[in-house]
Amino acid sequence: MRRLLAILALAIWASLAAAPAAFAVQPGEMLSDPALEKRARTISAELRCLVCQNQSIDDSDAPLAGDLRRLVRERIMAHDSNQQVLDYIVARYGEFVLLKPRFELSTLLLWLTPLLVLLAGIALMIRATRPTASTTAAPLTEQEKAKLNEILAAKDQ
Amino acid sequence: MIVELGHFALILALLVAAVQVVIPAFGAAVKDERMMRVAEPAAISQLLLIAVAFFALMHAYVTSDFSVLNVAENSHSTKPLLYKMAGVWGNHEGSMLLWVLILALFGAAVALFGNNLPPTLKARVLSVQASIAVAFLLFSLLTSNPFIRLDPAPSDGNGLNPILQDPALAFHPPFLYTGYVGFSIAFSFAIAALIEGRIDAAWARWVRPWTLAAWMFLTIGISMGSWWAYYELGWGGWWFWDPVENASFMPWLAGTALLHSALVMEKREALKIWTVLLAILTFSLSLMGTFIVRSGVLTSVHSFAVDPARGVFILAILVFFTGGGLALFALRAKDIQAGGLFQPISREGSLVLNNLLLVTATATVLVGTLYPMALEGLTGDKISVGPPFFNMTFGPLMIPLLMALPVGPMLAWKRGDLLGAMQRLAFAFLAALIAIVAVFAVEHRGPWLAPFGIALGVYVMAGAIIEWANRVKLGSARREEVMRRASNLPRSAYGTLFAHFGVGMLMVGIVATSAYREEHILAMKPGDKVMVDGYEVTFAKVERGRGPNYTEDIADFNVTRNGETITTLQPAKRLYDAPPQPTTEAGIHAAWRGDLYVVIGDGQPGGGYAVRAYFNPLVRFIWLGALFMFMGGGISLSDRRLRVGAPSRPRHIVAVPAE
Repeated sequence: MRRLLAILALAIWASLAAAPAAFAVQPGEMLSDPALEKRARTISAELRCLVCQNQSIDDSDAPLAGDLRRLVRERIMAHDSNQQVLDYIVARYGEFVLLKPRFELSTLLLWLTPLLVLLAGIALMIRATRPTASTTAAPLTEQEKAKLNEILAAKDQ
Repeated sequence: MIVELGHFALILALLVAAVQVVIPAFGAAVKDERMMRVAEPAAISQLLLIAVAFFALMHAYVTSDFSVLNVAENSHSTKPLLYKMAGVWGNHEGSMLLWVLILALFGAAVALFGNNLPPTLKARVLSVQASIAVAFLLFSLLTSNPFIRLDPAPSDGNGLNPILQDPALAFHPPFLYTGYVGFSIAFSFAIAALIEGRIDAAWARWVRPWTLAAWMFLTIGISMGSWWAYYELGWGGWWFWDPVENASFMPWLAGTALLHSALVMEKREALKIWTVLLAILTFSLSLMGTFIVRSGVLTSVHSFAVDPARGVFILAILVFFTGGGLALFALRAKDIQAGGLFQPISREGSLVLNNLLLVTATATVLVGTLYPMALEGLTGDKISVGPPFFNMTFGPLMIPLLMALPVGPMLAWKRGDLLGAMQRLAFAFLAALIAIVAVFAVEHRGPWLAPFGIALGVYVMAGAIIEWANRVKLGSARREEVMRRASNLPRSAYGTLFAHFGVGMLMVGIVATSAYREEHILAMKPGDKVMVDGYEVTFAKVERGRGPNYTEDIADFNVTRNGETITTLQPAKRLYDAPPQPTTEAGIHAAWRGDLYVVIGDGQPGGGYAVRAYFNPLVRFIWLGALFMFMGGGISLSDRRLRVGAPSRPRHIVAVPAE
């Protein structure tokens, strides 16, 4: 168990090392039409390699990633749109496969956080810059005015 | 023997740290100078003891003492010396030891160089710093002890993951930790100041050099990791929004915000409450990063639950320091006097905008990194949050940040003149316009937004130069006057010039290489050619070779351009002996226009090899930009006014007291 943990720790330390000899897309897999191949690459970059730490199927050389890449290309050849291909893969492998989660109830907070933080920050800024009783300078007292005039008079000489 | 000595020293360090927590803090409370002064020798001996422990472990690695469990699990007798030494921090236990070593290093540095600090503040800072050390020394000794012996000792070790056997990666963790852990000083200063109940411009001035030093090392540490990924992982990617990367990126973003808000506080006494909060949050993010990387929570929430000792321990540390810091803040913040007033359009206003955007960006990365874990823990649903999410949310936040960046320094403190600032930036707008036209003329592919992205980077670079030119009155004053002004300009102004210029370079590099990268994936046989952005790349041969601890298939690619021989690239496929693991070594030809990048893969069914050839335009700008930021930090740090421990200059003008 200890050894396993140590290996695990090492794997985490360099989680990128999950697929060391990275050689993702193989020449044989590619579609001959460059436009379709480009679409396949775009879609692949949005799909997660399920057995890797944090890689898209476009970057991974795991066999499963290769299977998914071929599947993506099969669907493109079957005249699916990009969205249809993604839906097809999600239907089989679940939402986990999407590197960009869908906007739905369970991911609401994820998608809205940037906006909420920004708005909260702006609200705070507006509140903080609005002068309050404690921050606005109080008008000069008679005594201070007299002193000021004295100083100004001294300076003029 | 030496190993036991190290173990003993580590335990002793824990005791010294415990003393350092209690006595100086008590001394500061009762104003007993002798008790307060205990902090200094304690901090220094704590550092020496942890150093003994650290070098004892390194000795075990260098001599391949496999009777130490940690060495047996992570080292191998045939490993080159550099990687035996770097192997110390290439594993969980050793890297935690490095963590506490750096923590103690910063504490001792404050003890040695913080002579201009008020004695009570210094005692309290060192006390808080030691409390962090106590927590992590306990963690190390109780859950991650690197000195555990193994009986019987194995004849050889398991080896270090070969992908980590790389010079850039060997030095990546020490730099990264120096950055990340260095923010502990800002935290300790914040807590100490909250305890003191006194926070003024001087506080910001003491904190800023430490924060700047930490930020510099974090900058270079992150970019080293990125550079390593670029040439080692073999597909030319340089940033992956991986949770491990995000763990170090979040403190960097918050630390960048902290540097800027501390500036406002130092010059204008404004944003005091916010700066203190940011100091607490920045180090909390460092702790959060340590938790993410070290607890096992990354692989899956379940593996975390299976062996919770370490994870729960770090989580407890995180909750204690973050929660405790925030609670103290909540108690004391209302007593902090609000400082200088300013209009929204002013230098202060622009730095507030900087903070707003950087903090929002930090929150975005934080939520994106933790959301999958949180969701799985709460509902069991598994989702992934990867690069497409971050590019879509983080990217747009950087646009207003970069647009505002050159404008900020052009505005006066308190009340600025936006129109005037824009007019002074006319040359930067012109440079941006030229960049747009030039990019559209050269590149006909790629997203239509890309030329604007490059122009934004050029605008930031030009803006940095214009700010400097304005300050030295370049073009409006006589030559001698310009020279005199240039040499009288404070170093920190040059620091800003370099750092901001670097940000612009980084932007140009990122956009250019993302939008205009050229890629060829093909099966090649010896004699085959491929054209890559004007380079003619000919596959010559493949040979079997032998390195110190690996065998490799090394290929020769002859590169010519317009018939002229440029270079021979030698990408390789390696197989390491222990552990047996394949890696790719890219062949890279770097030119100012960009990198030609060739990788060789497996043999193909029809004969020949799979080959990937890329042209990555201006990709070096990414790391050069980071290097400029690092240098900017260094130049700023050498400024006398900021120098750590420099006695304050005798003042000719009587300073108005802060309160």
